[in-house]
Amino acid sequence: MSSVLLVAEHDGESLNPATGRALSCAASLGEVDVVVFSSGADAVGTEAAGLEGCTRVRHVTRPENAHPLAATLAPQVVELAADYDYVLAPSTTFGKDLLPRVAALLCVPQVSDIMEVVDPRTFKRPIYAGDVIHTVRVPDGVKVVATVRIASFPAAGSASGPAPVETVSSSAELPSHTRWVGLAASGGDRPDLQSARRVVSGGRGVGSEDNFRVIYSLADRLDAAVGASRAAVDAGFVPNDMQVGQTGKIIAPDLYVAVGISGAIQHLTGIKDAGCIVAINKDGEAPIFEVADIGLVGDLFQILPELESALEGLDA
Amino acid sequence: MKILVGVKRVIDYNVRVQINREGTGVVKEGVKMSVNPFDEIAIEEALRIRERGDASEVVAVGIGPSAAQQQLRTALAMGADRALLVETEDELQPLAAARILQKIIERELPELVILGKQAIDDDCNQTGQMLAALWGRPQATFASDLKIADGVATVTREVDSGLETIEVDLPAVVTADLRLNEPRFVKMPDIMKAKRKPLDTLPLTELGVEMPAALEAGVCEPPPKRAGGVKVESVEALIAALKEKGVLA
Repeated sequence: MSSVLLVAEHDGESLNPATGRALSCAASLGEVDVVVFSSGADAVGTEAAGLEGCTRVRHVTRPENAHPLAATLAPQVVELAADYDYVLAPSTTFGKDLLPRVAALLCVPQVSDIMEVVDPRTFKRPIYAGDVIHTVRVPDGVKVVATVRIASFPAAGSASGPAPVETVSSSAELPSHTRWVGLAASGGDRPDLQSARRVVSGGRGVGSEDNFRVIYSLADRLDAAVGASRAAVDAGFVPNDMQVGQTGKIIAPDLYVAVGISGAIQHLTGIKDAGCIVAINKDGEAPIFEVADIGLVGDLFQILPELESALEGLDA
Repeated sequence: MKILVGVKRVIDYNVRVQINREGTGVVKEGVKMSVNPFDEIAIEEALRIRERGDASEVVAVGIGPSAAQQQLRTALAMGADRALLVETEDELQPLAAARILQKIIERELPELVILGKQAIDDDCNQTGQMLAALWGRPQATFASDLKIADGVATVTREVDSGLETIEVDLPAVVTADLRLNEPRFVKMPDIMKAKRKPLDTLPLTELGVEMPAALEAGVCEPPPKRAGGVKVESVEALIAALKEKGVLA
C-alpha cells in the first residue's frame, strides 16, 4: 500500500474544509497521514483524526508554525517526506504557495490541480483556464508531489472511530528571512466563499456597490456566501477576494445563483463543478444560460425581492 | 538595486485555444502570442519601483524559442533596461525554468525577482516558489501590494481568507497577482526605442543546467461539457424547480 502525506490547512482553530476534500483524493492513492503544523492547535488534529480516510494524524508543534509561511513549513514537510510515496496539499492559496517550494527542495516536478486520478501515477489537470484537460504522468521512481483541485472531490465523511494522533518533533532548521505581519480577513459572518454549500454571486448587471445589497440580502436568506464576477470586481462593486472564476476562486457549492452575470469563460471555469446553477439575467442570450440548470430571464431588481419573499417560510 | 523579471511567451489570452488533431497539445501555428498577463504586471511593478528611485535597473529574462524575443521587446518597450533570452525549442516545465532562472540569478545577482504568479498556458503556479526554494531565499506569492524599504519587502498577498501581509528580507522572489497594478500601454516611440536596447540571447545548452525529472505529457482533451438546463418563466417556477432538484426543502 502506498503512503500519502497530506498537509492540513487550518487557521489555528479549525481545519479548512479544503483539507477534507483533498483527503478524498488522497485516500484513493494509499494510506493517508494528515500532518498538522501549528504552534499548538490540538483541536485541528482531533478534527482531522475524525475524517474518513485519515489513517493517522501527525502533529508538528513549533512556535514558528503559528502562521502558515511556506518558507517555514517547506523544510518541515521535506523532513517528513522521506517516508512517503506522495506529498499532497489542497490547491488553495495555502497549498499553491507551499507545495512547489517542497517539490523544488525534493528536486521533483509538481502536479498542480489534480482533478482526476487516472492511475496511481497518472492524473488529469486543467490547463488554459480549464479549456483543455491535460493528462500527466509522474515518472517511475519519482515521489509524487501534487496539489488537489478541491472542487473536483467530495468532502471526506466522518470516520467510525478517530485515527490516532501522534506528536512529531521537528529539528529542521527554519529561516528567519520571512515574517508574518497580519491578516485582514474578509467576509464577516457569512459562510466562507470557498467552502460554502450555497453561493449567490453578482455581476456587472448589478450595477453598483450600493445595489449589491440585494445580493447580500438574498444570500442571507439562503445562508449562502457571496461571490462576484470579475467584471463586478473590476468595476469596484466588491473587493477582489469575492471573485469567482479562473483568476479568482474555483468553487463547487451545491447551489450557485448567478445574478446579472453574463457568463464569461473565465467565470464559468470557476463554477462548473457546482451542483445546481441558477442564472438570473435580463439578457436571455447570455452564455450563462448555456450552463445553467435553471434560468430565469428578467430584471434582477424585480426578481430578487420576489424570490426572497417566496423563500420566506421555506426551509431554506 | 537590480530587479529581474520573468517574461513568458504564451498564447494571447483573447484566443480561444484549439486542441490539435493528435491530441498532444494545442494549436500554436498562426495564433497570436503575447506576454503572459501576470508577467506584464511583474514588469510594470519593477518599472514603478525603478521610477520611484528604489531600483537602478530592470532586466527582463525569457526562456523559449527565438520568437520569444518579441515578448522581450515588449518588456523593453514598456521600459525594461535590457533583456536576456535563454533559447530553447523545448517546452520546459516549472522546475526546469526555475533552475535556469537560478543560473541567471548567479550571473546577474539581482536583489529582487518578480514573476507572474502563474502562466496562463499551463496554469502551474510553481516557478516563483521553486526558484525561491532553489535560491534559498524568501517568496512572497500572489502579491497585490509591494513596498520596499531598508532591504525588506513588505508584501500584501491575496490569500483565500483575505489579505495577508508578510515581510521578507531581500533578495527575494515576489509573484504578481492581478491587483498588483495595471500595466501601462506601450506607445509607438517606446517601441522604436526598444529596438536599440540590448537583447542578448544565450542557447540553453551553454548555460550548463542539469535538467531535472519532468512530468510525462499525455493527451489533451476538451473539458466535459456541462449540459444546459431549462428556462423557467417565474419565481414560483424557479422555486418549484429547485425543490424538484432537492436543492430546497
